[in-house]
Amino acid sequence: MTTTATPRPSAPAPTTVGTLLDFRDVAMRFPNGTVALEGVDLTVDRGEFVTVVGPSGCGKSTLLRIASGLESASAGRAEVDTDRIGYVFQDATLLPWRNVRDNVELLAELNGASKADRRRAAAEAIDLVGLSGFETSLPKELSGGMKMRASLARSLTLDPELFLFDEPFGALDEITRERLNDELLRLFVEKSFAGLFITHSVSEAVYLSTRVIVMSGRPGGIVGEFDVPFPMPRDPDIRFTPEFAELVGEVSHALREGHR
Amino acid sequence: MAIDTRVSPAEPSTAPAAQPRLTGPRAPRRALTPRAARTRDVVLPIVVFVALIGVGYLIALYYDQVRGLPFLVPYPHLVLNAVLLDADFRPDLLEALGNTTLIAVIGLAIAIVIGVAWAVLMVQARWIESALFPYAVVLQCIPILALVPLIGSLFGYEMPSRIIVTVMFALFPMVSNTLFGLQSVDKGQRELFQLQGASRLTLLTKLRFPAALPSIFIGLRNSAGLSVIGAIVADQFFQRGDGGLGVLISVMNQRLNGAEMFAAIVVASVLGVVVFVAFGWLGRVATGKWFTAN
Repeated sequence: MTTTATPRPSAPAPTTVGTLLDFRDVAMRFPNGTVALEGVDLTVDRGEFVTVVGPSGCGKSTLLRIASGLESASAGRAEVDTDRIGYVFQDATLLPWRNVRDNVELLAELNGASKADRRRAAAEAIDLVGLSGFETSLPKELSGGMKMRASLARSLTLDPELFLFDEPFGALDEITRERLNDELLRLFVEKSFAGLFITHSVSEAVYLSTRVIVMSGRPGGIVGEFDVPFPMPRDPDIRFTPEFAELVGEVSHALREGHR
Repeated sequence: MAIDTRVSPAEPSTAPAAQPRLTGPRAPRRALTPRAARTRDVVLPIVVFVALIGVGYLIALYYDQVRGLPFLVPYPHLVLNAVLLDADFRPDLLEALGNTTLIAVIGLAIAIVIGVAWAVLMVQARWIESALFPYAVVLQCIPILALVPLIGSLFGYEMPSRIIVTVMFALFPMVSNTLFGLQSVDKGQRELFQLQGASRLTLLTKLRFPAALPSIFIGLRNSAGLSVIGAIVADQFFQRGDGGLGVLISVMNQRLNGAEMFAAIVVASVLGVVVFVAFGWLGRVATGKWFTAN
C-alpha cells in the first residue's frame, strides 16, 4: 500500500443530509481577551470518527463545548443537527454516592425516562462496556479504566448520534488506554454513531479515526487534515504496520509545523 | 539493601530517606499491631482520666482540710453520688437536663433550617453569596453577651430568648459547612447535568445536596455541640420559667451545694459529648459508605 493519506484543504464542504456537525468560520473569544479558536471550519458526517490533535491549550476542548452547547461561539456558525449528543468528559465525573447502575441511569433519569426504561437502557449499556457484575459497585471501588467504562456506558444510554469525547483516556495507563480504544472502535462499528474525539496522542488519534484534524496553538485553528484509510472494524495489530507508522509520522510532522 | 541510584532527580524526597542508612543503623520504631493500637487508644485516655480524678481528690482535700471550704470543691465520689444515687436531687437534675435538651434540640432544628436555606440561597448566584456571606461572618463575630439586654427586653427572659441565643450559637457552622459542601461540586459533574437541561432544583436535589452531605454532617456535629453550649449559656442570662442545667448550676452555686453543682456540670458536659459523638456517628452512617475523608 502506498501512502493514501493526503492533507485536505480545510475549505468548507457543502452541507449534506449526512452532516451532523457543521462549523463555519467559528471563533471563540473569552471576555478576558483570550482567543481560543479562530476561523475553524469543521464538519462531522454520519459514519465518521473524527479525532482532533493539538497542543495543550489550543482550544480543542472549546470545540466540543461549543458543539455540545455548553458554550456558544463568539463568531461564525456552529450547527449540530441532532439532539442525541453523548459527551464523555476528561474525568469520569461519576457521582460517588451512586453505584455503577445508578450512575449509568442518571442521564435517562434526568430526561424523565421511566424506571423500567432506564433500567433496561442501563443494563444494556453496562453489558456493552463490559462492566456486568459491577452494577452495585461504588465508583471508589473501581479502577480508572473501569470508571471510564461506566462513564461511557452512561453516555451510551442516550443512544447518541453524535458522540463527543474530551480526552477521555488521557489519564489512563497505556495498556488500559489501548484496550479502551479497541472497545470504543467496537462500539463505533456496532452502534454507528458519529464521533468527535479530542486527544493529544497522535497514535491514538490515527488508530481511532476515519479522519484526523490537526490544530495549531493559540489561537486554535485547523492546520492539517488527514484521511485515515484503514478499514473498520480495525485490527489492533494495524498499529504495528509501516503504513500506520507513516501516517502517525505525517500527523506528528503537521502538528510540529503548526506549533512553530 | 543497596540504595537505588537510578532515582531521577525529579524525586528529591527519596534522598533524605536514604540519609539515615549512611549514618549507621537506627533502632526502627516498633510498629504496633492494629489490635495493640486499639488497646492503646482505649487504655491511655482511661489512665489520664484516673489521673485527673486523683488530682480532683487532691484539690478537694486541700479545700476540705486546709481551707475549710469543703462545699467549694467536693470530693469526686460525692459528685458521682449526686449524679447517680441522690434520690432527692434526681428530679431537679432530670428536669433541668430535659429542659436544656429541649432548648438545644429546638435551637438546633431552627439553626439547621435557617443555615441550610441560607447556604442554598447563596449558592444560587455569585452576587447573592457576595451580598449575604458577610452577615454569616458578622453573626459569628457579635459578642452574644452584648445582645442579651436587647433580646431580653424584646422577647422576655424565658424560653424564646433561650432559643434565640442557642440559634445564634449554632447557626454559623451550619451556614459555612453547607455552603462549602454545596460549592464542592465538580465542574464536570455540573456540566453533565447542564447538558441534560436539568433545572436548578434537580441540580440541587440530585447533585449539590448529596455532594454536600459529608460537609453538612460536619457542620451538624459542630452545631449540635454548640447548641448544647448555647442552651446552657442562655440559662445564665434568662433564668425565668423552666430552667435548664445552666439555671441549676447557678442555683446550686448560690446555695453552696458543691456536689450538686458539680453534678449538673458533669451532666452538662456528658450531654455535650454525647451529642457530638452521636452526630459524628450519624454522619458516618449517612455518608461513610461512599465518602472517605483523607
